[in-house]
Amino acid sequence: MKRSFDFVIKFANVNGSGSASANLLFAKSLFRMGLGVVPKNIFPSNIQGLPTWYEVRVTQAGRTARRDGVDIMVAMNAQTYSQDIAEITAGGYLMYDSSLPRPFSRKDITILGMPIARMCAEVYERPRERQLFKNVVYVGALTALLDMDFDVVKQAVYDRFDGKDHLIGPNIKALEMGREYALKNFDCPLPIRVKPGKGDKDRIMVTGNEAAALGCVYAGATVAAWYPITPSTSLAEAFERHAKRLRVDKDGKRQVAVIQAEDELAAIGMVIGAGWNGVRAFTSTSGPGISLMSEFMGLAYFAEVPLVLFDVQRGGPSTGMPTRTQQSDITTCAYASHGDTKQVLLFPADPKECFDLTVEAFDLAERLQTPVIVMSDLDIGMNEWVTKPLEWDDARAHDRGKVMDAEMLDRVEYFGRYWDVDGDGIPYRTLPGTHPSKGAFFTRGSSHDNFATYTEDGEVNAENLDRLTRKFATAANFMPKPVIRKSGRSSKLGIINFGSTEPAVREACELLAREGYKLNTMRLRAFPFGKQVTRFADQHERIFVVEQNRDAQMRSLLMTEAGIPGEKLVPVLNYDGMPLTAEWVKNQIEAVIETDKSVAAAMQLSMRAM
Amino acid sequence: MTYMKKPSVRHPDLPKNELGLTRRDYEGLVSTLCAGCGHDSISAAIIEACFELDLPAHRLAKLSGIGCSSKTPTYFLNRSHGFNSVHGRMPSIATGANLANRDLIYLGVSGDGDTASIGLGQFCHAVRRRINMVYIVENNGTYGLTKGQFSATNDKVSQSKKGEANLFEAFDLCTLAIQLGAGFVGRGFSGDKGQLVPLIKAALRYNGFAFLDIISPCVTFNDHEASTKSYGYVRAHNEAMDRLDFVPKLQEITAQYEEGETTSVPMHDGSMMRLHKLDKDYDPRDADNALAILRKRYERGQVVTGLLYVDDDEADLHELLNTTKEPMNAVPMSELCPGSGELEKINKDFR
Ligand SMILES: Cc1ncc(C[n+]2csc(CCOP(=O)(O)OP(=O)(O)O)c2C)c(N)n1
Ligand code: SF4
Ligand SMILES: [Mg+2]
Repeated sequence: MKRSFDFVIKFANVNGSGSASANLLFAKSLFRMGLGVVPKNIFPSNIQGLPTWYEVRVTQAGRTARRDGVDIMVAMNAQTYSQDIAEITAGGYLMYDSSLPRPFSRKDITILGMPIARMCAEVYERPRERQLFKNVVYVGALTALLDMDFDVVKQAVYDRFDGKDHLIGPNIKALEMGREYALKNFDCPLPIRVKPGKGDKDRIMVTGNEAAALGCVYAGATVAAWYPITPSTSLAEAFERHAKRLRVDKDGKRQVAVIQAEDELAAIGMVIGAGWNGVRAFTSTSGPGISLMSEFMGLAYFAEVPLVLFDVQRGGPSTGMPTRTQQSDITTCAYASHGDTKQVLLFPADPKECFDLTVEAFDLAERLQTPVIVMSDLDIGMNEWVTKPLEWDDARAHDRGKVMDAEMLDRVEYFGRYWDVDGDGIPYRTLPGTHPSKGAFFTRGSSHDNFATYTEDGEVNAENLDRLTRKFATAANFMPKPVIRKSGRSSKLGIINFGSTEPAVREACELLAREGYKLNTMRLRAFPFGKQVTRFADQHERIFVVEQNRDAQMRSLLMTEAGIPGEKLVPVLNYDGMPLTAEWVKNQIEAVIETDKSVAAAMQLSMRAM
Repeated sequence: MTYMKKPSVRHPDLPKNELGLTRRDYEGLVSTLCAGCGHDSISAAIIEACFELDLPAHRLAKLSGIGCSSKTPTYFLNRSHGFNSVHGRMPSIATGANLANRDLIYLGVSGDGDTASIGLGQFCHAVRRRINMVYIVENNGTYGLTKGQFSATNDKVSQSKKGEANLFEAFDLCTLAIQLGAGFVGRGFSGDKGQLVPLIKAALRYNGFAFLDIISPCVTFNDHEASTKSYGYVRAHNEAMDRLDFVPKLQEITAQYEEGETTSVPMHDGSMMRLHKLDKDYDPRDADNALAILRKRYERGQVVTGLLYVDDDEADLHELLNTTKEPMNAVPMSELCPGSGELEKINKDFR
């Protein structure tokens, strides 16, 4: 059989059986061998008992997208056998626990039976151990089947249990048991195997939530308030963990306050109170929390209070698919709250960018005195991604925006909180307690004049709304620029995407190029859109807008806010809750190119121009 | 007519406090509430209390929700920053503000609709978290600003102005606050300034969550014969538990009380609260006793007022969280950002 170094292995487990740690060990070892690994945790909204899967694509270094098809299935959950076996591609492999041998009808796959439960029962005493180590045993077998560097795997165990030394021995034992069984009973290695990468060693493997939490630490956030919700919980928890360690003053006291609020309304209220009072504050949530926070988002927009909000998006509507990924809060977030409200959005595409854009988000929030929403999603937030290391430039100064201190107040005749002194729509603010007789104002969500005084004068209110529009236009200049990649200079076909679809879109472009279809891409990183976005639209005849929601929300936003004509924008939509694969993106685009005359014409145009 | 600024003519003979400020310096814009509204008397009492305490007004932040009551922070302490937030959510704003700067005094003003209905959850959690603040409910048993609907503090026996019956029992916010662990709980009446000003002063000086339920008649919608939140009813049924004197730091105690009937509560800043008991059953440090009195007297139709409960030594949120003594908003970025060296170490954990 043909050798293959790009394959997908999937682990079918029972939730709560301790498989997560063994599966991560497997992925981490491959990562350390210099390979591209793309692990995806496909988990239920459940604590114990329901089926859960862990899928790893093993590929060349640099690739970070999922791939269709399962080449090796490690089926450890009898409940899902039939479904799992059906998923294996012809010529693939099934590894299962043959303590209870089973007949399998598929003749086009190779069955690798290993009596895992029996092996564990012979060696381990306690029921929990027998259960847990089953997972490590199959990892051991895989090291032989896939020709993995065993020393790397063992080292990963040492590192994982550093400080809990008594766990190292039994784990190594389980690994060796599995490995020896495979070497003795199977034809090792399989044609599907790993080819140790010379690939870029300077990479890390991290989740977006962890990276974003570190971004909050480096941005100097001191107040966080949150309410638990998948998939955002691990962001707040990671922040608390890092901040408790890194933010201790000389008296051993904490330079941080993390509050688990009573609900999302309170969470964002606390963040607004804190931001108003001059610290950097954030909250993290997902769809249902965004809906609850909506009223306060309008207050923060209108009263011009800086804050950072993470929306780690999951499947909607309503409670939806809490453990699946989507990009379906775009519209809600862009216009979060009633009235003419518009919010600033950032779209990180991987954990490294979660870190960078988080730091950026705090600067933007204070510079613009408005909420900034970091639009992450479950895939980036909770899955481990191989990415460039996090970087910090010690010369980087935090931009605290236009805040007047006592000295500045002494120098001015009078102070108007919402007075557009500089003409950029961004007024000056003061913090409570600054000056005995100057600079106090009354923050309110009701209509107000330049001095923050309540007004029912419609013209004054309209002027204020216009200033906010000016401020939003200023904001567009400060936003992180979209990332544009040109495959054929003169190509008239383009792709617009954002966030976690990036790896699949990038790989799909390579696949399409091989078929002769050259497309330029623009990955959006922020809303409001800047000039680059309209320019890209002007340069292309047809643009595929790839996004993970039903209603083409980003496409609508591009039409309304960037004025791009709808007929130019071809929606490519996925909302099954799974991270995209390159094949899927390619097939969608190819199908349109081949069937839609207008797109084909655009294609022709590009060909001629080339 | 909130745009109307008060003429700032200064009378040379106006008395000055330690800071050289007059009462005028503690005032706000002209009130736009109905003439005779209880809320205006509370604003006046707040002005008086702050003046007498020699408070630098800019070191105080006023916070409110939405309602006639929540509008009042515009009508006092012009030199203080204020935050008129959204309906029922002042407690979360106060919590965040307090975390950001523990050195300011936080004065929250709310209504019975704002606190006992839409904001009940946030109120309870602010008490539970021991936010160091004064929380005033200007309680009129009705939704003034939306024109007279029953609120959750309106007594069951108390009818609307149009004579509609109230179907539900009232929440007693003082009972609730004591049960939830507020360290300082008092009830006042907007019509009794003599009792109210010392209560507010003591609350402002208290370190921890100080709750004041102030009965504040709504002359427009709930001041009629059949209301238990009317001036007439409260005057007739007011049962004061104590008389309170607030004794500033270093000042000699001059008031003379009968032996055994007076108790002193030391305040955080060295000042002292002197409580003169008017009711023999009452012990301000006994929460169970306070709850029993509140319930029994309520059944008799009485309105119990005064300082009802005090815990001399309650830890506030900052103590519970072990946060830095410095205001969080004064910690320089250089201390907050761990720098590139630390990040390299962190990266190693991800390899
Ligand atoms: C979310 C929301 N719902 C409803 C309202 C309308 N509203 C304004 S004030 C108020 C009731 C205020 O009652 P209370 O707090 O007792 O204040 P009062 O006017 O009696 O002093 C209501 C329901 C609002 N502002 N916001
Ligand atoms: S309606 Fe009632 S509460 Fe509102 S201002 Fe008038 S009297 Fe006061
Ligand atoms: Mg009311």
